[in-house]
Formats: sequence, structure tokens, C-alpha cells
Amino acid sequence: MFDWIQHMANWIVYDLLNMTQGLHLSEALNFFIYDTVKILILLLVVIFIMGIVNSYFPIDKVKNYLSNHKLYGLEYLMASLFGVVTPFCSCSSVPLFIGFVRGGIPLGVTFAFLITSPLVNEVAIGLFIGLFGIKTTIIYVISGILLGTISGIILQKLNLETYLTPWVKNVLKNAQKEQDIFIAEKQTLQQRLPIIWKEVLNILKGIVPYVLVGIAIGGLMHGYIPEGFFETYMNKNNWFAVPIATILAVPMYSNASGILPVVQVLVAKGIPLGTAIAFMMGVVGLSLPEAMLLKKVMTLKLIAIFFGVVTLCIIASGYLFNVLL
Amino acid sequence: MSKAIKILGTGCAKCQSMTKVVKEVVDENNIEATIDKIEDLMEIMEYNVMSTPALVIDDVITIKGRIPTKDEVLTLLK
Repeated sequence: MFDWIQHMANWIVYDLLNMTQGLHLSEALNFFIYDTVKILILLLVVIFIMGIVNSYFPIDKVKNYLSNHKLYGLEYLMASLFGVVTPFCSCSSVPLFIGFVRGGIPLGVTFAFLITSPLVNEVAIGLFIGLFGIKTTIIYVISGILLGTISGIILQKLNLETYLTPWVKNVLKNAQKEQDIFIAEKQTLQQRLPIIWKEVLNILKGIVPYVLVGIAIGGLMHGYIPEGFFETYMNKNNWFAVPIATILAVPMYSNASGILPVVQVLVAKGIPLGTAIAFMMGVVGLSLPEAMLLKKVMTLKLIAIFFGVVTLCIIASGYLFNVLL
Repeated sequence: MSKAIKILGTGCAKCQSMTKVVKEVVDENNIEATIDKIEDLMEIMEYNVMSTPALVIDDVITIKGRIPTKDEVLTLLK
């Protein structure tokens, strides 16, 4: 499917620039061109498709659905699934949290949504397909959804309502299940497309610099680090590799789109995929800026429990992948 | 009649872009309007929006969660 990009990269590097095949520099450049073009195309396609889905499932609809349907335990999974199709912006996480609480949606279900939404987002999926292929992407998406679901259920069982900040407790007391008046924008697909397209370009503009830097670093490493280099240090038998990778990853955030291309090279050079996936979930799913924002609605203790439970679940899935893959 | 425009947002990049678009439209078309940027969370929540930024014109929520185009804002203000 992407052969033509490889041909193009070959042509630019070996014919147009007249570089010798097999040199570190020419291999690195070839890799950079190939990866950049492929990943940008995939990002464009995935973000666009998600934009269309989201245009028909705005967050208010999701909230009303979760608030008004009795789902007999499936609500965690539903919230997690909705999290996939909703684009996540950490600055929206607090209004979203309050909106859910106000709609009478249980805390654990809200958490399930809050966990999956950043973890399985359109940018991560686009990058994943480009870097690791469809199979690994599907595994990542499914485990992301399950991780949100299970963490949500655990957090609900812990009865954390007492650790909300006082004004949120007030909101909780006045929560009601009644349907908000929600006027769906009645637009045809043709009217929606230009708006969606503009959003796609906006998102891309924000991440492209990081992606390019990430691929450039990846390209250099690809050319210079020997195959299997990391196998000696970080193989599957090294049991503490997964927790260390996860804990290192949690504070990283804004450069998530730049980190994925680097991680791909690390995997190619011998780091086990499960360890890498745990690392990436930590980068994409949990972040310090998000924690700072959540301080407005949660006490530090609650944020610590929230991050702790999710981190443990990520570590567990890292081990699981190392066993399965 | 002067319009009361409010922009709800906690101060992320998207909210700033929305403010810029709205200001430009108001200036370029000589529309009589007051623009308030609301960053206080409690106040934002009174409007019951779950995705920021949101554009409120005369207490009606018109756009939420995305940055509108200039044309869109102009139509809404007329």
C-alpha cells in the first residue's frame, strides 16, 4: 500500500540527491522521507474520519445517553467507547467532568471516559498505524478501551466521592437525570465537511512540528544504532523494565506525538513491544498538566488515587503484552 | 443594539484563537459589542458547556468546542 512512498524516497535520496546507497546518512534520510510522508497521510485520514464521527456524536449527546440509559454494568464500557470517538483536549477535562457529575453519571463511569479519551485519540491512532501497523494498532485500541473500563470499575468501587472538592460535592448533590435541552445542529454532511476539514488542519498544524522532530531523531537512530542494541539491557526477562518505562512516561505530555516515532525505532532495535506500549500509554494517557487542571475538582488525594490506579493498570497491560506478543 | 459577547474558556490555545477571531470580526465590521473573556470555572459551568471554548452571544450558546470561521461569527452576530 505504501510502496510508492518508498519508491519516491529512494528516488529523492539515491537519484535526485545522488547519495550512495548503504551509508548511514542516506539510510537515515531515506527513512525520514518515507516515514514523514506515510505518517502525515495516515494522520490526515484518521483525524478526518474521527472528525466526521465526532460531528454526529457531540459530547452533549454522549452525556445525555449515559445519563438516561440503564446499562446494567455496561456503562463503563460505553463511556470508554465514547471516549475513543471524542477528541480530547486536557483543557476541556474539567468542564467535562462537572458536566458528567451534574448529569448524575457515576464517578467511575466518568473516570472510564476521562481515561480512554486521551489514551485512544485520533492522533495516537494515526501515528500507531503508520509506525507499528494495523495489528498492533488494533491491540493498542482494544487494550486502551479495556484499560479505561477496568480502571473505571475499580475507581467506582473505592467510593471516592468524599475526595471531591467541596463545590463539586455540591454539584453532585444537585445532580439530576433529567434531559438537558439539547438542540442538535441540523446540518447536512456537506455543511459539516468544511468545518471538520478546518479542525483537521488545526490539529495537524499543532502536532506536525513534534512529529517531524520525532521522525528526524528516529531516522538518525535508525541509521546509527545497530539492530538488537537494546535487547541486552531491556529484554522481556527484565521484570522492572515495564514499571520504570511507565513511571518515566507519566510526566511527558505535549511531545507525545514526537515521542512515538522514537519509540518505534527503539522497538525495531530490540525493546519488547509490551514495555514500549506501557511507555506510550503513560505518555499519552496521563499527564501532569491534566493533573494540575483536575485540582480544581479533585483533592490531591483523589488525583493521586486516580493516577495510581491507571498507572498500575498500564503496568499490568505492559506485562500482559510482553507475554502475549 | 449592542451585543454582549462572552467567550468561555479556561485559557487554552483554542480559546485564545476564538477570542482573536471574534475580535477581528467585531473590529472589521464595526459591530457594536462588548467582548468578555470568562476564565472562571464556576462561571463557565453555569452555562453548562462541556467543551471549551464556547461562544455566547446575548446569553445564548452558539458555538462550543471548536474555533469558528470569521464568516460564521459574522452571521451569528447579525
